[in-house]
Amino acid sequence: MRDAPQARPARTKRSWAWLGVVPFFAFTLLFLLYPSSTIVSKSFRDSGTGVFTLQNILALFKSPYILGAYWISIKISLITALSGAMFGFVLAYSAIRGNLPRFVRISLLTFCGVASNFAGVPLAFAFISLLSPSGLLISWIKLTGYNPYFHGFTLYTFWGLSLVYMYFQFPLMVLIIAPAIDGLRREWLEASQNLGASTSQYWRYVAFPILLPSLMGTTILLFGNAFGAFATAQALTGGQINLVTIVIGSELRGDVLGNPGIGYALALGMVVIMALAITGYTILQRRTERWLR
Amino acid sequence: MKSRGKIWAWFFIILGILYFFLPLLATFIFSLKAKLGVLSFTAYVNVFNDPKFIRGFSGSLLWATLTILVGIILFVPTAYWVRLKVPRARSAIEFITLIPFVVPPIVYTFGLIRTYSHPPLLIVDNPMLLVAAYTIISMPYMYRAIDIGLRSIDVRTLTEAAQSLGAGWGTILFRIIIPNIRVAILNGAFLSFAIVLGEYILARYLVKPAFAPYMLDLGQNKAFEPAAAAVISFALTWACMGIISLVGRGREQAPVGGAH
Repeated sequence: MRDAPQARPARTKRSWAWLGVVPFFAFTLLFLLYPSSTIVSKSFRDSGTGVFTLQNILALFKSPYILGAYWISIKISLITALSGAMFGFVLAYSAIRGNLPRFVRISLLTFCGVASNFAGVPLAFAFISLLSPSGLLISWIKLTGYNPYFHGFTLYTFWGLSLVYMYFQFPLMVLIIAPAIDGLRREWLEASQNLGASTSQYWRYVAFPILLPSLMGTTILLFGNAFGAFATAQALTGGQINLVTIVIGSELRGDVLGNPGIGYALALGMVVIMALAITGYTILQRRTERWLR
Repeated sequence: MKSRGKIWAWFFIILGILYFFLPLLATFIFSLKAKLGVLSFTAYVNVFNDPKFIRGFSGSLLWATLTILVGIILFVPTAYWVRLKVPRARSAIEFITLIPFVVPPIVYTFGLIRTYSHPPLLIVDNPMLLVAAYTIISMPYMYRAIDIGLRSIDVRTLTEAAQSLGAGWGTILFRIIIPNIRVAILNGAFLSFAIVLGEYILARYLVKPAFAPYMLDLGQNKAFEPAAAAVISFALTWACMGIISLVGRGREQAPVGGAH
């Protein structure tokens, strides 16, 4: 006699729902993740033999040309991030808390939305129309008998480019910092005044500490914003300024570095710096959110 | 004391206005000077009659349209499905959508060209690679816009209600979900449009006709026409942002983005 057939264990229902996200992952794998990871893997390989090496990375630190490019990129990003953050902050604060009519705030935010999107080639042309030797502002200043171009000013080098970068830096600051300024409650100012605090004490002990993480975070974001910029500098200086992005651009056009491996390492260096910046921004932004709302 | 603060506030606002408008004013005035001695729209006429402009500009329009279409087809179902069925994939997808912020466009272009210019992956000449790349570059804005749109509607209830009335997935997506988040989709679409229109690097290095590379070449051999092209470009950016704030009225946050 045979035993009764054993009851089959209930089959766990297998979900096929994940199939729905396959197209997204396939697309991003093909056109984002794989090409980006190539930069990482090729940075650590000898371009001839394909074996693992650190030579490409080390070569970055040996070449004064490449170190110089990183230095100029970092310098311009740092300067325009700090000054963009400062100017953007006072601008946003003036519009939001300066007792100005409400339309000022609304139009400022709209203008900033446009300006932070207006970059690259047309932005360079706009500043050439304004500040080139025959530009509008320069020719106005020349009417006074003073020619800035005879006194060391030029649009086409470091400081000129910084001035141009400011055009998309401070509007971005205004857009991102505005919610943080909104989050400063009026009650805090009133409370500190009731306790006898002066304006500077209010700023030093209340407002500034609350705003600090978001000020720092946004400054880091502005740094990244300038660090990755390419088209503006290319159009303004014709590629004459030695930024990392410009060097990568010329490497793409025709191996100027003489070794493809170094090109990858150069690009990897940018990604590392950008990743640090974005991580810093995300962490600081999360700290800010505790105070908002 | 309060009035002194107000004076400073006006001072900074006026400084900001000058910074914002002076370059634009200069460009506009310069663009009108193509004819000696008089102000005229000659430079604009020259630009509009330039076959290279038509080629570059219609190229950009085509890339932008395709980018928006691919973006909608790819991101709407994904974001919807993640909310409904696979919330576990959420953080991975959010992470991926932010990668284009970490990889600057020139570095991305570098990786893309180096990856796809060797057999067997020789697709660097295919125009669809440019569209795919634009879809990636605009992904942080497009995907986020769609996801925010989905957050504001009750995806689960709408889906279940539609299913109990006998709707299939296609009907649910096209007749329930997409119409309900059309403002968010429009938002992402116009932002993508502005990004693609101003984008220089990918179009230049993948050697495809587009507006920004045309403008740069124009700058190398003409004087007044580049200014006219810059004014056109600015007007279009302005129009895109204007439409976004019109359709998204009531929301405070202005769109943040751009390809520099």
